[in-house]
Formats: sequence, structure tokens, C-alpha cells
Amino acid sequence: MLETLVVIFVKIAVVMGALLLAVAYMTWLERKVIADLQVRIGPDRVGPFGLLQPIADGIKLILKEDLIPGHVDRVVYLLAPSLAIIPALIAFAVIPFGDTTTLFGLLGAPVPLRITDIDVGVLFVFGVSSLGVYGIVLAGWASNNKYSLLGGLRSSAQMISYELAMGLSVVGVILLAGSLSLVDIVRAQEGAAWLLGIIPIPNWFAFSQPLGLALFFTCALAETNRAPFDLPEAETELVAGFHTEYSSMKFAMFFMAEYAHMITASAMATTLFLGGWLGPVGPSPVWFLGKVFVLLFVFIWVRATLPRFRYDQLMQFGWKRLLPLGFLNLAYSALLVWWWG
Amino acid sequence: MEILLFAGFATVAAVSGLLVVIQRQAVYSALYLVITMGALAGLYILLEGHFIWIIQIIVYAGAIMVLFLFVIMLLDLRREEVMWARRDRGQILLAAILSLVLLAQMVLALGRSYLPAAKAPAALAEGFGTTQTVGRLLFTDYLFPFEVTSVILLVAMVGAMVLAKKQFK
Repeated sequence: MLETLVVIFVKIAVVMGALLLAVAYMTWLERKVIADLQVRIGPDRVGPFGLLQPIADGIKLILKEDLIPGHVDRVVYLLAPSLAIIPALIAFAVIPFGDTTTLFGLLGAPVPLRITDIDVGVLFVFGVSSLGVYGIVLAGWASNNKYSLLGGLRSSAQMISYELAMGLSVVGVILLAGSLSLVDIVRAQEGAAWLLGIIPIPNWFAFSQPLGLALFFTCALAETNRAPFDLPEAETELVAGFHTEYSSMKFAMFFMAEYAHMITASAMATTLFLGGWLGPVGPSPVWFLGKVFVLLFVFIWVRATLPRFRYDQLMQFGWKRLLPLGFLNLAYSALLVWWWG
Repeated sequence: MEILLFAGFATVAAVSGLLVVIQRQAVYSALYLVITMGALAGLYILLEGHFIWIIQIIVYAGAIMVLFLFVIMLLDLRREEVMWARRDRGQILLAAILSLVLLAQMVLALGRSYLPAAKAPAALAEGFGTTQTVGRLLFTDYLFPFEVTSVILLVAMVGAMVLAKKQFK
């Protein structure tokens, strides 16, 4: 009993630590990659390759004056940053980041590399990450500032619209895997498939559900408020959107929440479409982290490439393009299941 | 353990439910309603309804309440200055009577299940509350109500669109 508890706490601590470290270094990666894509150098003053930059930024943000404007609704204003970041961290409770391990024979029995596995894992991640919108909406409202309010309103409309298409895009995977548990979904992608009967490819759902993956990733961009869908903080129109009135560490928490949501979305896409921890050789967590890293790179790449949508374009795109494509993908998946039954 | 969790969730649900009504700031009421929804979701877990638990979170806390907040923020409501206005006396009386009727019904219904004549609840079947079981029941025993519900929702959706967009050509 005690041993199981210790194992669970160690796993939670490792996942939390790794996640927060990854969030910090995502800021470094984003600045470096965008600098490269724009033929600049990027941060290179603090440490080799600017690797200590996130730590310097962290110290700076903590030491900055913590300003609370006089016209805000204090309780909600203080609550909003934590409401933004907590859901993104909780979602990791069900994401499997590896198979099992004995830590090179140190442990007696193999320990599964996930915090927990529940029979409604996919829905859990969707449900919890949909709560992240409260942080943004309430920040917009409590700031008592018209730019913040507009940012918050945009965010809530955007999240609700794209959640539908996102939900539809994973129904195909659930149909093929026959389960809502993330571990079962990864296990359903084991083995190899044959492209045109001769070329061996991994049996990932990305190959049988290419449209599903494309839809999921597009919606993930919108759900995480990333460019080209970063309307809630469009600086040319809304100053800084919902976090205009936030400073110091409270601003940093919104920032961290955005990156944590990106990592969650990438981890979900990896688990659902790219075979999760599965790989031909080597330790399973390495494969999981590698795939997540590739997707995070695409997130940054998209930001450097695409200009921001206009608000009406964003809504049109979500309801009139992505949603019908989601239904198309659902019909295709149903046919696939019926054919191979 | 279970009774402790039940007491916790039930207390949170009841207290925040009360706070929904007595808050003077509409946004706060909406937030307490979110907490109530979450506590109800906790009660569903205790009843082994895993699927219903997460659907409660997604649909009520994640979607419906966000829309509520959206509308409240658009309306830009002011803080209510007084708790009870004189003109609301009729409403308060009616609400009190209806609450008493509801309370009496609940006491009767619950009391009956504790009478010695009442039969013990049947043991839970294997896989109770899982997505598979709920899905199978929805598409076999409860297919007709399920389809009727979806038609009603469709009608409501079309109706809302017609009302919102008056100048159809």
C-alpha cells in the first residue's frame, strides 16, 4: 500500500517537473526557432546558445512589481491565472508517456509509465482542457477593461466553436480503437501495416485517419489560442487582449498556461494519431518525447509562417469548413470499420 | 470513505447552489453554478457512473456555463444593490410554496425506500456505468427516447436560427 502510494507520488512529481521544465524551455525553443526562420540569431547572451534565458526570464518575472489595478474585481482577477494553468496540468494525469519500466532492474515489478489510466481517458482530457477557457474569460471580465473583455469574449466563442470540430476529429480514432482509454488506443496502434501491400509502415492512426489528424491539429491551434488563431490577444487590435491588465508572475502564469496547453495538445495528438510511446527500438518514453517535440516544432513553425485570421474568417472556417470535414471523416471512419469490421 | 466523500460533495453542491441564488453579482452566481456542477459530477463518480461524470463536466461545466458567462458578460449587468426588493414579494411567496412541495415529495420518495417493505437495491451489473454499457442501452432499450431527444434538439436549433435571422429570402 505504502509502496504504491510512493510510486504514484514519484510519478506525479516527475511528470509535473518535466512538464514545467518543458514549458520554460518552450519559450527558449520558440524564440530560437522563430529567429532562425526569420534569419536572426535569437537569444544568445545568457549561457551557451542562450540556454539559461528561461531562468533569467523567470527570475525577472518573479522580481517584477506585482501591480493590481484599482478598478478590477479582486477575487476573480487573482483567481483567473490559476484557473488558466491548472486544467492544462491536470490533463497529463491520463496521458501515457511510456510502456512499463523496471528502471534498469532497480524495481522488482514493472511499473507502467503513466499516472493513471481511466476508461474515459479521451473524454477526460477534452473535459478538463475545455475548463481552461474560464481562466481567459474571467481574466477578461475581471480586468474591467474593454480590450480585455473583448479578448475574453473572443476566446470563449472561439473555444466553443472549435471544440465541436475537435471532438468530431477524434471520433474516427475511437471507432477504430474501440475504446476511450488512451492506453488501449496506443495498444491498438501496435504492429505494422502495409502500404500498397508492399511497403511496411507503422500501424498508426495517422495513416488510416490523415484527415482526422489534420483536423485535430488545426483545432488544437485554435483551442490553444496560437497563431494563426490568436485572436484573443491580437495586439494590433486589442493591446494584449485578456491579459492587458496583468503583470509580473500573474502574466507569466497565462504565458505558461498557453505553453502547457500546447504540450498537452501535442501529447494528445501523439497518443491518438502517432502511436504514442510505440517505436521500433529503444526506450519507449524517448519515442513519446520525440514525437511530442516534432509536433511542438510544427506549432512554432505555423506561427512563423501564417498571418492571423480575421475574426469572421475564423468563425466561418470553424463552422463551415472544419465541422463538415469532421462529419466527412466520421462517415469515412464508419465505412472503414464496417468494411474491415 | 464513500460516505465522507458523499458528504463532502453534497455539502459543496448544496452550499454553492445556495450561493448561486444569493449572490448579487451575476458573474459570481455563474461561477458558483460551475462549482455545483463539478460537485454533482463528483456524486456521479460515487455512483459508478464514469461516463455520466465526464459528460457532466464537458457539457455543463465546459460548454453550457461558458455560454452563460458569455451572455452575462455581454449584458454588462450591474451589481444588485438590495437583497430583497418589495416588488418581488409575490415571487418569493410562490417560490417558498413550490420549494415546500418539492421538499415534501423528496421526503416521501426517500422515506419509502427506507421502509422495511422496500426491496434492497439490486447489485450492480458487470461494467455498470461504462461507456460501452451506456452506449448499448441508448441504442437498444432507449433508442426511441434517444432519437426523439435528438429531433427536439434539431427543431430547437432550426428555430433559433430562424428567429435570429429574420430576413430569409
